Amino acid sequence: MRKDYDISGSIDWTTVMIYLALVVLGWANVYASVYDGSANQSIFDLSLSSGRQLLFIVASLVIAMAITIVDMRFYETFAYVLYGILMFALLLVPIIGKEVGGNKSWIGIGSFGLQPSEFAKFVTALAVGKYIGSVGFRMDNLRNQLMLFVIIGVPMGLICLQRDFGTALVFASFILVFFREGMSPFLILTGLSAAAIFVLTLLVPNPIYLYIGIGVILIGLILYGRKKLKRIVALTAGALILVGVIKSVDYVVTHVLPRHHQQRLKALINPDSDPLGYGWNVTQSKIAIGSGGFIGKGFLNGTQTKFDFVPEQSTDFIFCTIGEEHGWIGSLVVISLFVGLLLRILFLAERQKNRFARAYGYGVACIFFFHFAVNIGMTVGLFPVIGIPLPFFSYGGSALWAFTILLFILLKLDAHRGQVLQRI
Amino acid sequence: MNEGRKEIFQLVFVLVGFIFLVKLFFIQVIDDRYAELADSNSVLRQIEYPFRGLIKDRHGKLIVYNTPEYDLEVIVKDIKNLDSAKFCSVFQITREELRKKFKELKAKKKEYSPVKPMLFIDQLSNEDFAKLQDRMDEFPGFLIQARTTRAYTTNALANALGYVSEISKEELKRDASKTYKQGDYIGQSGIEAFYEEQLRGKRGLRFKLRDVKGIEKGSFKNGEYDTLSVPGQDLISSIDLDLQMYGEKLMKGKAGSIVCIEPATGEILSLVSGPSYDPNLLTGKNYSSNFKLISTDSMKPLFNRPLMAQYRPGSIFKIVQAMTALQEGVITPDTRIRCDRSIIDCHGPHSFEDLRGAITNSCNPYFHNVLRRMLNQGKANDPFKDTRIGLATWDKHINSFGFGKRLGIDLPNEKDGLIPTPEYYDRAYNNKPWKFSNIYSIAIGEGENLVVPLQMANFVSTVANRGFYYTPHLIKAIGKEGVPLPQFKERHYTTIDSSYFRVAVDAMQRVVEAGTGRNAWLPDVIVCGKTGTVQNEPLPSHSVFIAFAPRDNPKIAVSVYVENAGQGAMAAAMIASLMIEKYLFGNTRRPYVEDFVMAGKFQF
Repeated sequence: MRKDYDISGSIDWTTVMIYLALVVLGWANVYASVYDGSANQSIFDLSLSSGRQLLFIVASLVIAMAITIVDMRFYETFAYVLYGILMFALLLVPIIGKEVGGNKSWIGIGSFGLQPSEFAKFVTALAVGKYIGSVGFRMDNLRNQLMLFVIIGVPMGLICLQRDFGTALVFASFILVFFREGMSPFLILTGLSAAAIFVLTLLVPNPIYLYIGIGVILIGLILYGRKKLKRIVALTAGALILVGVIKSVDYVVTHVLPRHHQQRLKALINPDSDPLGYGWNVTQSKIAIGSGGFIGKGFLNGTQTKFDFVPEQSTDFIFCTIGEEHGWIGSLVVISLFVGLLLRILFLAERQKNRFARAYGYGVACIFFFHFAVNIGMTVGLFPVIGIPLPFFSYGGSALWAFTILLFILLKLDAHRGQVLQRI
Repeated sequence: MNEGRKEIFQLVFVLVGFIFLVKLFFIQVIDDRYAELADSNSVLRQIEYPFRGLIKDRHGKLIVYNTPEYDLEVIVKDIKNLDSAKFCSVFQITREELRKKFKELKAKKKEYSPVKPMLFIDQLSNEDFAKLQDRMDEFPGFLIQARTTRAYTTNALANALGYVSEISKEELKRDASKTYKQGDYIGQSGIEAFYEEQLRGKRGLRFKLRDVKGIEKGSFKNGEYDTLSVPGQDLISSIDLDLQMYGEKLMKGKAGSIVCIEPATGEILSLVSGPSYDPNLLTGKNYSSNFKLISTDSMKPLFNRPLMAQYRPGSIFKIVQAMTALQEGVITPDTRIRCDRSIIDCHGPHSFEDLRGAITNSCNPYFHNVLRRMLNQGKANDPFKDTRIGLATWDKHINSFGFGKRLGIDLPNEKDGLIPTPEYYDRAYNNKPWKFSNIYSIAIGEGENLVVPLQMANFVSTVANRGFYYTPHLIKAIGKEGVPLPQFKERHYTTIDSSYFRVAVDAMQRVVEAGTGRNAWLPDVIVCGKTGTVQNEPLPSHSVFIAFAPRDNPKIAVSVYVENAGQGAMAAAMIASLMIEKYLFGNTRRPYVEDFVMAGKFQF
């Protein structure tokens, strides 16, 4: 047991170093994004986001220490309990929560607020890991699969109630974990093709062209392959289903989605159609990043971010500051750090000796990956604007702490992977 | 079953990072558009208009200066929640006018840009500006641009100074060097046009950073790209403003011109064109309405007579004839010719004068005879051919005084005048033969000769210098260097020997002392002059007088041309003497002459 308290020899320092690098770079960029040359403010100024971010960073280091001190068995043992508590908190948020920026996802403690939805990520990862690691779990068992979807579906649903669809979407990334643990790729492929059709529906102004395209492909497939009745019926049925999907997507986009989501989707397809209206975010974000050039304008020399052309420049659009002030080289460094972190987490996950730890590790990787891909994707105009933070960079306590917890539980598990073997 | 799935994850992670880097490379490194867009977002270009150079008179008195003027500009993109009712009441325009202004703005098409400042209301008055300054923050997107407009300390000298107005579309097109932008002001005539390059200065450009609300956030890159405006160069004019104003006073109600030149330098002391206008009318807000009035006035106040009015010179031309003939050796100063009034009439009681006497009495038959000797020197047997040769020689001498072509004064629109050449008469007579008897009226400055008053003044200045002239000019010093344009430092010699000028000077002195020009006589100074009365049937004759003084070491040479004022001995001679007196003595001592000239009743 004593070994639990001193794991400095066995903890993965590579990950810790990448983590520290990202956190420090994030802190500097939060400062740059709110910096006002005429005000002569210090990076430590607590009235600035950067000053407060430093407090959050210090707190997250304390949290990281605490995580490594707690007995490693705690996380698996209490996975469901933690999950239950957070789900209860999520349930409470719409009732007692306070509204910030259109989303009611905060629980206030005095002037200080926490977002339970951020912490829901790591408890769900624990719960998924624990379920997958439980005795008798089989991925090809439909009941087990269903149970996994329930585990990720509950927080998704509860967060949707807070109207924070971006964060809710994060939980879909667990499907990648299921895939790694043996789920058929069919689900992912179906999801991807649905997304492709969805985007196509948005891109093509009149669905009639899509119907014609499907018809042409259908006839081609029928003529090309064996002309068996069963095959023809199956292909035709498939085509009809596609048509139905397109029709429903059209309907969903125009009738079901809230207006600002419709607009974000439209802005992705054609941001120039209304650059001052719903295309503003993406347009300005691209302008900021694009104006950085190869080596950037230099630290604190950006104009687009600090003069508020880019909205939410210290949180969701923090990457604009990197792109503008440090150019392509800066972007290369940050993206390399992230990809390095992701690959390192995969490596750590793969070397775990039990399913719980490995599944948890993949959960961590997938959550980080989702944030990384969607956040940077939206700032460079490859993704619709989905308001989720860039891990370790975006200003905000809850997200930073939640990501820190997520990562350091994995490091803790990894540090004790030898003991696991002994235990079994 | 799960083999290879780990690699799929690795592949996807690396691929996404790679896609991001490629996309970033495109928008950051390859596509310049974003950098430009960022600049138009956050960098505000502020033009600093330079001060146009000042113009002072020869004694340092200010003539032309600048006063501030304010334009309202708009950056359409930055307009936010425009309260049109409030806007209309603050800027005192009606709703329709406001709507029209926006329509006009959009109608500019090519020049229209929502991100650049566009002229919205031009030339707010000073009082407006003071009032508006505090309220500008209520109208985001609108800004006040200060520039300067011309102002004049005097109501004189309008035609020489010229005016400044907004550059026209045609001028913009012609401006190959792209110096000017729409809305810039440019000298349109007079000194303002001729010295545009020296006067305009250089525009400054400041780059200011601004945030999303348009609030200024200091200079861009510490002002690295800012350029300061360079004020235009000041010009020192050779004009004596007092003399100029006095001349304009004398010319009030008359058509014609007075040109005074300092012979030793060619500097123009006064350049009076009558009728004239007040230069202050063509500045600022009322430019367009006033310009219409002035340009359609039947008296043509924009017509700069000293340079543009081409007159027959009349009897003053006899001096040129005399010197040409002396140079060619066809007469001597002592040559006497009988005043035979059968071909050309004459005036006064004289019958058989030598050259000096002929000039003093302005004897027409004498100079008719002189020109015959000049043109028919017997260099060819055929009288037609002989006249041709004679006329070509005559032309050479006449042209050396600066007649027949532009002198090259530092003002635009100078006219050539006309000295007939053999080719000219060929054309005029449809290539039929002509000889002396066809063209003799040029002998006394009538006939086909045309000169502008500036050339007359330059001529008398040449006589005063005994044989050379400097090109007359209005600007004696430019900027800090304090020198005129180089062409004004160059002496032009005539083809006549300096000695023959002494004869002319003697004769001109006698014209004033005992001849036709006695009205120009002044105490304490020897004035040399020559009268001219240019026939203008059926209207009254034009009154002409040229003079210089003092006889030795002349300080001022004058030409006066008063249209339809009768004999040169009256209006023109009196005005010339008053100008000389005013310049040499600072005041005039003959109020009765002054009153007579001012009354302007020269015809009885």
